[in-house]
Amino acid sequence: MSTITATLGTGRARRLRATLTTLLAAGVALGAPFYFAPFQVFQLTMVLLYAVALAGLNLLVGFGGQISLGHGAFFAAGAYTAAVMLDRYETGHLATLPVAAVGCFLLGLGFGVPALRLRGLYLALVTLAFAVFLPPLLKRLEPVTGGSMGLTVDKLQAPAWSGLAEDQWTYFVVLAVTAVALLLARNLLRSRVGRALLAMRDNESAAEVMGVRLSLHKTLAFAWSALFAGVSGCVYTWVIGFVSPDSFSFVLSITLLAGLVVGGLASLYGPLLGAAFVMYVPSVAQDISDAAPGVVFGLLIIAVMFVAPTGLAGLAGRLRGVAASRLTRTTPPAADDRTPDSEPSASPAPADPAPVDAEPVGAQPRTEKD
Amino acid sequence: MLAVDGISVRFGGITALDGVAFTVEPGTAVGLIGPNGAGKTTLFNCLTRRCTPDAGTVRFEDEDLLALPPHSVAGRGIARTFQNLGLFPQLTVRENVMVGAHSRGRTRHLAAALGLPHVRREERELRDQADDLLRRLGLADVADHPASGLPFGTLKRVELARALAVRPRLLLLDEPVNGLSHGEVDQFADLVRSVRQEFDLTLVVVEHHMGFVMGLCDKVVCLDFGRKIAEGTPDEIQRDPAVIEAYLGVAA
Repeated sequence: MSTITATLGTGRARRLRATLTTLLAAGVALGAPFYFAPFQVFQLTMVLLYAVALAGLNLLVGFGGQISLGHGAFFAAGAYTAAVMLDRYETGHLATLPVAAVGCFLLGLGFGVPALRLRGLYLALVTLAFAVFLPPLLKRLEPVTGGSMGLTVDKLQAPAWSGLAEDQWTYFVVLAVTAVALLLARNLLRSRVGRALLAMRDNESAAEVMGVRLSLHKTLAFAWSALFAGVSGCVYTWVIGFVSPDSFSFVLSITLLAGLVVGGLASLYGPLLGAAFVMYVPSVAQDISDAAPGVVFGLLIIAVMFVAPTGLAGLAGRLRGVAASRLTRTTPPAADDRTPDSEPSASPAPADPAPVDAEPVGAQPRTEKD
Repeated sequence: MLAVDGISVRFGGITALDGVAFTVEPGTAVGLIGPNGAGKTTLFNCLTRRCTPDAGTVRFEDEDLLALPPHSVAGRGIARTFQNLGLFPQLTVRENVMVGAHSRGRTRHLAAALGLPHVRREERELRDQADDLLRRLGLADVADHPASGLPFGTLKRVELARALAVRPRLLLLDEPVNGLSHGEVDQFADLVRSVRQEFDLTLVVVEHHMGFVMGLCDKVVCLDFGRKIAEGTPDEIQRDPAVIEAYLGVAA
C-alpha cells in the first residue's frame, strides 16, 4: 500500500516538476532574443531549426531503429522547395511550409519502400547514395535551381507592428515552428504509433505477433521523419535567404546523425541538445584550433561519447545511476527496499534507453531445472 | 475452434512438420509435447503466420488462417508467448503490455501527432486496461521498470500479461515454465489455470515439463520428427508405448 501512495506522490511531483521546467524553458526561450546580440540570436535560431530535423531523425533512428545517412537530402529538398517557390512564384514564406512538408513526406514515403527490404548498413548506404547524388542533380537543374550559384531569396522581414528587429522576429517565427514540430513529434512518439515503433526496434517478430503492421509503420516512420527534415530545410531558407548545392553536401547528413547520437537517441529532448552541439561545437573548435577545427570537433564527439555513451540527454540519468550504485555499494542492505521508482530508469521519457544495461533478455538465467 | 489439417513444413532437406493434424475445441487446453526438434515451435509459428506451411490448412473459427497477413492474427483473437521470451527489453513493463493491445487501438499517425481528444481517450483506456492486467498478475510494482533486468520468472508473467492484453480467445504458450524453479512452476500453473477461467481462454501449450502439461491439459498431442505419434487424454498419453519410446528410447 505504501508503495502505491509513494508512486502516486512521485507521479504528482514529477508532473509538477515537468510543468515548472516547461514554464522556465518557455520563459528563457521567449526572453533570449532581447538579451543576446543579433549574431547570438541567429545562432539560437539555427539551433532551433536543426532541432526539428533531428527530431525527425530521432523518430526514424532512435525510435524506429532504422538508419538514414540521407537526411541532409530531405533537408535540402525542403530548403529548395521554399527557395524555388519564393524565387519563381513569390508565394510568400508561410505558403512554402506546407508544400515543403508534404513534398518531403511523399519523398520519404518513396524511400520508405527500400527501408522495408534493407536494414542496417545496407539501408545506410542507400540513403547515403541519395545524399551524395542530390547536390550534383541540383547543379544540373540550373533553370529551376539556379545551378551551382544557388538561389538568393528574401529572408523573413519583421512586420512594422511587431516593433522587433529582423533577427528577433525570425527567431520567434522559427521558435513557433520548432515548438509545434517538437510537440507533434512528442505526441506521435508517446502514442500507440510511437510504441509500435519502439516495439519493432526491440523485437520485430514479437511486435508483428502483437498486431503491428511492420511495412506500414516502417514506411510511415520514414515519411514522417523526412517531413520534419523538410520543414527544417524550409525554415533554413527563411532564415538564411540563400541556398546552393554546396550547402547540402552529404557531410550535412552525417553531421545530423552525429548530432542526434551525441544529443541522445530515443530521448524527447535529445534533438535540442544535439542541435546545440552541431551548432556551437564547430565554432568552439575553431576557437581552440585555427588550423584543424575538424580534428577538435571529432575529438569532442569522441569525448562526449566516452563520458555519455547514451548521449547528452542520458547523461543526467547516468550520473544519477552512478550515484545510486555508489550508495548501494556502501550500504548493501538498502538495495532490497529500492522501489522501481527510485531508480534512475523511471524517467518520464517513454523509452529513455539510458539506464538500460545491454543485457539480452532472452538469456536463460541459471536456475535449477526440474 | 482451431483445426490443423495435414500441414507440412520443409526447411531445405529437413522436414520439420509432416502432415500434422489435430483440432482444438473451444474452452479446452491442448498440450503439444515431443522431444527437442520435433517441430512444436514450427507448428506454433504456422499458427501465428510466422512461417507458411508447404502443404495443409489451418482454420480458426471457419476462417482460413493461412490467408491472413501476419499482423492480422492478433486482431482475430490469437495471442502467443515465446520460448525464450519475446519482450521489448527497453520498454517498460506497462508499455510492453500496452503493445499487446496494439491490434485493438485505432489511432493513426496524423491523429496521434495532433494529439486529438479521441487519441488521448484511447490512450487512457489502454493504459487503465494495462494497469488492471498488471495488478491482476501481481506486476503493478514493476510497471515502470524496463523489461530488461527483471527476474526471469517475473518476465514470464509480463509476457503472459502482454498476451492477455491482446484479449485472445486462443492463447498459445510456448514453453511457459521453461527455466523456472520448482516453486515457480507450480505458481505459474495456478496462474494459467485461473486466467484461463477468468478470461475464458482456449489454450495450446508446448511444454517439456510433464507435470505442468498433464495437470493443465484436457488433451495432449505428441510429435516426434515432425509427425504426430499420439493423441489423447493425459492418462492415455502417459501409457502410450510410442510416446515412451520417443522420450526414453527402447532398451537395446
